[in-house]
Amino acid sequence: MDVELDGVTVGTIVSDLSLRAEAGTVVGLVGPNGSGKTTTLRCVYRALRPSGGAVRLGGEPLASMSTRDSARVLAAVTQDSELDFDFTVREVVAMARLPHQSAFDRESLRDKEICAEALRRVDAGHLAERGVLSLSGGERQRVLIARALAQRPRVLVLDEPTNHLDIGHQHEVLSLVASTGLTVLTVLHDLNLAAAYCDQVHVLSDGRITASGPPSEVFTPELVGEVFGVRAHLVPHPVSGVPQLLYDRRPRQEEIP
Amino acid sequence: MAAFLPRRVAPLAGVLLGALAVSVLCGVALGPVSVPLGDVLRYLRAAITSGVIDNTEAGTYHIVWEIRLPRVLLAAVVGAGLSVVGVVVQTMVRNALADPFVLGLSSGASVGAASVVVFGAFASLGLFAISAAASLGALAAMALVYLAARTAAGLTPLRLVLTGSAMGYAFAAVTTVVIFLAPHGEAARAVLFWLLGGLGAATWTALPLASIVVLAGLAYLRLIARSLNALSTGDETARTLGVDPDVLRRRLFVVSSVLTGALVAVSGAVGFVGLVVPHLVRMVVGADHRRVLTVAPLAGAVFLIWADLAARTIVAPQELPLGVITAAVGVPCFVFLMRSRAYVFGGR
Repeated sequence: MDVELDGVTVGTIVSDLSLRAEAGTVVGLVGPNGSGKTTTLRCVYRALRPSGGAVRLGGEPLASMSTRDSARVLAAVTQDSELDFDFTVREVVAMARLPHQSAFDRESLRDKEICAEALRRVDAGHLAERGVLSLSGGERQRVLIARALAQRPRVLVLDEPTNHLDIGHQHEVLSLVASTGLTVLTVLHDLNLAAAYCDQVHVLSDGRITASGPPSEVFTPELVGEVFGVRAHLVPHPVSGVPQLLYDRRPRQEEIP
Repeated sequence: MAAFLPRRVAPLAGVLLGALAVSVLCGVALGPVSVPLGDVLRYLRAAITSGVIDNTEAGTYHIVWEIRLPRVLLAAVVGAGLSVVGVVVQTMVRNALADPFVLGLSSGASVGAASVVVFGAFASLGLFAISAAASLGALAAMALVYLAARTAAGLTPLRLVLTGSAMGYAFAAVTTVVIFLAPHGEAARAVLFWLLGGLGAATWTALPLASIVVLAGLAYLRLIARSLNALSTGDETARTLGVDPDVLRRRLFVVSSVLTGALVAVSGAVGFVGLVVPHLVRMVVGADHRRVLTVAPLAGAVFLIWADLAARTIVAPQELPLGVITAAVGVPCFVFLMRSRAYVFGGR
């Protein structure tokens, strides 16, 4: 299922932003802090209603779908997933089945299998009986991704899914979401991770898209210097050949004449 | 019903049901005049099967059947209802320290009920005057809090709590004015006693309405328990799980107002039950509302039966307001919970 943003505008934060994520591709949104990435994403997972433009899922305007209908095809891992109540991991993941059940349905065997499988896929099966409040940041993030997978969506929206994860789990999570075959729209901070796992990237700056395309074409030292204000060098990965960025350190304050 | 429950909770619910039965019997047997348990059972059987009671026992029979039993059953209904409202309100505002007082609902209900006691408002409704006025008061309070707290972005928990607390003070002030305007001291005393809560006026006629409202509310909430789970993980997440948080919160607002109104009407404003019972229950069975909403009403019922028993025996033949007892138990519990580091629910 493809995702289309058509002239999405949110106040002055995001202006007339259009992009399209083809079905089954991994699309990255990158850009400096405050460039409107998360705001754009919030329009897709319906936390915000854009003041202009439209978001379409498989051609259907999101605004005309019920919350429940969109929850059946679109799952999200957000930045501010508040978990104040001490649910167990199993309970948190089981919530994913909510849009697929009616009020009178009990949790079926299939629901349970789907949830257990999702937990295994993020390498968190052993956490099932733990309370979420006792988890480390990385464990929590993996549990939230498991919940998104257990929702059996066709579109996955992720806001910095690698936050709080160590380098091993960063790659694990991204290769996992890339291998699901789902349409993935993700905000990423790490350009090298974006280069390694995204089919397409869109660079945001001041609420507008400044560059789009495959990462190998988009991530140039010029663009990185212009958008992020750091000097970068492009180096092919010694094994995969994927272009990776190396950054120059800034001079120390006292070294500036 | 049993198959509907998550497994772990069934034994606990069974134990609580047993405790409830025992509590009801104790509540009926004990008091300023103790009635032997055997006699209690005999009277109850006689009342239900229209049996015959010896003339010399008519006095104790009257105490058991006409005074204590309705009072004990009402205590159970009110305790169950207040606990359920507490669960809902805490989930609705995602704040562990919330109860019907925090949203101003109890205070609003009190204004309505005090007006009836002092001015005889709604006199044409007779028996149901206080119920109707208290429910109207709670609903009016709800409407005011809702309108004041609402923003374009919906009802946010923090705004609800702040607005509710502020409105609560305003309603309390109105109640005070009503008491000042009371034509005679007796009415003012009645209102004051009633504000602290008490089941002294319990009769069989008060039971059906309160029971039906509590059962219906509980059944509805039990049905949407999974949506409540989703709501308690945050509005954004709830939405991605297909639950519209604004719609759900509005419904919960109405349910908790109606419940509060119905309960305040029969028992006055009994505090701390709605605060402490949900906490204790969550500590034992976890956060899943399917379990919490099964256990909390049973625990609340048992708790209030014993609290009411204490209220009417400690200084017998005088009677303490029920709110004094629940506060005496509730305040230390509250402070302990707030300071307990192990219990991190909502704690920051």
